[in-house]
Amino acid sequence: MTDLTKLSMTEALAGMAKGEFTSVELTEAHVRAVEASRPLNAFITETPDQALAMASRADAARAKGEAGSMNGLPIAVKDLFCTAGFQTTAGSHILEGFKPPYESTVTANLWRDGAVMLGKVNLDEFAMGSSNMTSHFGPVVSPWSPGTLVQRDAGAEEGGFLSELTAAVRQPHPVQEWQWTRKLVPGGSSGGSAAAVAARCAMAATGTDTGGSIRQPASFVGIVGIKPTYGRCSRWGIVAFASSLDQAGPMTRTVDDAALMLGSMCGFDPKDSTSVDMAVPDFRAALTGDIRGLKVGIPKEYRVDGMPAEIEKLWRQGIDWLKSAGAEPVEISLPHTKYALATYYIVAPAECSSNLARYDGVRFGLRVEGKDLKEMYENTRAEGFGEEVKRRIMIGTYVLSAGYYDAYYLKAQQVRTRIAQDFEEAYKLCDVILTPTAPSTAFAIGEKMDDPIAMYLNDVFTVPASLAGLPGISVPAGLASDGLPLGLQILGRPFDEATVLKVAGVLEQAADFNTLPPFVAARG
Amino acid sequence: MTKLIQGETGDWEVVIGLEVHAQIISNAKLFSGASTLFGSEPNTQVSFVDAAFPGMLPVINEVCVEQAVRTGLGLKAQINLYSVFDRKNYFYADLPSGYQISQFQQPVVGKGEIVLDMPDGSSRTVGVTRLHLEMDAGKSVHDLHPSRTYVDLNRSGVALMEIVSEPDMRTSEEAAAYVRKLRAILRYLGTCDGNMEEGSMRCDVNVSVRRPGGPLGTRTETKNVNSIRYVQMAIDYEVQRQIEVLEGGGSIVQETRLWDTTKFVTRSMRSKEEAHDYRYFPDPDLLPLELEQSWVDAIKATLPELPDDKKARFIADYKLSAYDAGVLVAERASADFYETVAKGRDPKLAANWTMGELFGALNKQGKGIEQSPVSAENLGGLIDLISDNTISGRIAKDVFAEMVETGKPAALIVEEKGLRQVTDTGAIDTAIEGVLAANPDKVAEFKGGKEKLFGFFVGQVMKQTQGKANPALVNEILTRKLKD
Repeated sequence: MTDLTKLSMTEALAGMAKGEFTSVELTEAHVRAVEASRPLNAFITETPDQALAMASRADAARAKGEAGSMNGLPIAVKDLFCTAGFQTTAGSHILEGFKPPYESTVTANLWRDGAVMLGKVNLDEFAMGSSNMTSHFGPVVSPWSPGTLVQRDAGAEEGGFLSELTAAVRQPHPVQEWQWTRKLVPGGSSGGSAAAVAARCAMAATGTDTGGSIRQPASFVGIVGIKPTYGRCSRWGIVAFASSLDQAGPMTRTVDDAALMLGSMCGFDPKDSTSVDMAVPDFRAALTGDIRGLKVGIPKEYRVDGMPAEIEKLWRQGIDWLKSAGAEPVEISLPHTKYALATYYIVAPAECSSNLARYDGVRFGLRVEGKDLKEMYENTRAEGFGEEVKRRIMIGTYVLSAGYYDAYYLKAQQVRTRIAQDFEEAYKLCDVILTPTAPSTAFAIGEKMDDPIAMYLNDVFTVPASLAGLPGISVPAGLASDGLPLGLQILGRPFDEATVLKVAGVLEQAADFNTLPPFVAARG
Repeated sequence: MTKLIQGETGDWEVVIGLEVHAQIISNAKLFSGASTLFGSEPNTQVSFVDAAFPGMLPVINEVCVEQAVRTGLGLKAQINLYSVFDRKNYFYADLPSGYQISQFQQPVVGKGEIVLDMPDGSSRTVGVTRLHLEMDAGKSVHDLHPSRTYVDLNRSGVALMEIVSEPDMRTSEEAAAYVRKLRAILRYLGTCDGNMEEGSMRCDVNVSVRRPGGPLGTRTETKNVNSIRYVQMAIDYEVQRQIEVLEGGGSIVQETRLWDTTKFVTRSMRSKEEAHDYRYFPDPDLLPLELEQSWVDAIKATLPELPDDKKARFIADYKLSAYDAGVLVAERASADFYETVAKGRDPKLAANWTMGELFGALNKQGKGIEQSPVSAENLGGLIDLISDNTISGRIAKDVFAEMVETGKPAALIVEEKGLRQVTDTGAIDTAIEGVLAANPDKVAEFKGGKEKLFGFFVGQVMKQTQGKANPALVNEILTRKLKD
């Protein structure tokens, strides 16, 4: 049998349909891969028992001819989606141990279609970050980080009271261990999702994208990630960061898998007033590969200062690939692009400062007592939130406060409207827009942490579409000279994920990206 | 006409504006499906949305919007087809999300008006600035534990209408009349039960004083006053306090105050400097509320006749005085009761019996018109017996007392007790003959010019007939006989 963890989801579905293997076998292989990938710190909570139970149910459903579209496929869930009875932390100490009594609409849709939950994956605290370094549960290490397998004697090193007692009966035994020579970030905020999918321990993962949190990590680890149009996926049951921007989407290894999984995740939900009551098209059927005559916009404002030449080069390569497939590149202008980051870093913190007020120690999660209510609030929030979350709550509180509202929040909303209008104008000239996903490859863990502005610049290409609520996908397009993956981004018209996916499919085929991350390649 | 208060240093004019929070009558909360049942066990009417659990989202309850629009129409107000929900941010233990969803800049209802019916029968129009929808917070209970506070979230998320008046009122009586009238309108519309004791209607009172014609003074806001009597008392107290401060050379601090229901004083709660910065911004979880004119029109078509129209009709159709009409329409139930009584009968007599005897009896028993032991049909039956001379007005009062006691129809009581009026002239003749024969000295005195003894003879005859003799006949026959 082939290595089941190397299959795409559509291949796995075909294999199970033909009876080559069962979901239980597929899931067992992934549960082992999850264990083997613990050095990545991708998972906050592993749920192997739940995975195997769901896998047998999926096998039973298939036997009865009731297999759903995601039947038996083991996936990881970003720990921002509430999962009934399973700890949901949002990567924060303040929610550590919180087990929601309800299931998010998006995950419920996936389980309805037969998907299998491997566990809850790591993320930047409350999805605030571009590196996964702000998680209370520690940073995620990218499987693209360089390292080597070394032999180690396991029995001898273990210490502690219990080991001393049992040392007499335990024999030293050799263990293979991965040693990093440099630890790279997987991007963020969906860093655990990205690492788990790239490391072949989950076939796919759910992500959420507020300013690039699906697309940027997808680019950093060489996988596919799509943020659908705002309103496509229900936000109900997803821990909120910035309500007007948050949107769930799939992170997968192929465009076809993204189309498959997006179809399961999205759909109208009356419990989310911003969810859109619109039919969900057959996204996979859109992957015809035929983009002849399609106009591809190339925004001139996306040539930012200090962008590495090889990213510029890859972008040109992307244009050429699409041109060869019959599409027509057109230069477009998105004149308000330069205000996008500033706008985003007013709107998102403003909303988060209000959304995170509910973490007050009164009803759930962490409580640190104080002499009165006010001191309890202060103690709880001081201990429960990390530095980046506190920074954004303070920025958000500031921009909404009396006397500053007009200058910051109101102005930002006006600019946001302009940015959306830029895209409306552009889509009169083109059908999709092609840009790099991120201005760099993955950086090392610990870098940029003392410079929030440099960190925020990671989102420069992803944020404008988030502000406009538009769909965007990142597709792995090649390796940079440092041997790390780079992605290209395709943006589309509102609710035109089908065209976005179709163009992404063409790009995927042309790029033919199939390099395994070192961590996976070494495991064999 | 401006009413002034006389101070030590001259006259003062009082300026009053009211903000009334009225709980909307609806089965479910404003943004969740949880029940709004009053008096349930603590924390049993709470959804995850009301408790602000992670990932929970608000969904607007259409019924609550309809009720707000209905109220706006009842206040003859502008209905805004486009309105926006904002978040009002502040931390408190009974506010689970850390923000109240309200409407700040674009409320669902704009300018309207309320006509006040003053006790002297005059009326006065007060402007309504706006009406907006908002959710209620939970309830903090501080007296169950020496050092801890308990929180009941049953009320969290219940729909409220905040109805803001213009600063058009000049006396505490006007403020009381405003609250009474507003409550009547809300009850007519069925949009709020107006039950102030249960907290389903609460009042924030804004008061300032100024020299007549001068610039507006600094105002104070006294929060959560929960009865009409307290509204009036809080205003009177605040006016006196402010005048004393100003005449003593001090100045009024713009602040929020509390009404102390044990000492009957207002107390400072927080000053302007300590005031919250609510950081209002549009709630990104909710789309702007867009209404269609046809939907509003359909609600308008179902509006009941409101107090002002009813009052005008009572004056025109039943020829009632403005005062009587005002009293009768104050409650929809009393107006309906009266109309049932008046149907096909003398409207003035119907009004007298309803407002005089019935309201008096209800008052004594502390009952509302809904719990009246005498039904409108039965009161009408009593009036019929008076009108057709079956009983006299005096007997009718006894019959009415019996009706209040037993709830029986008037005719049955008259029958059972044999109270039917005697109109048989022979029987009355006999009774009169008897009385005159028994009192020859009195007859002589009468004939000698002591005419006021006539009343004595009438009284004796009525006594003889157990009050059943028709008084007119007694008068007539007695006059004739005494002349003989």
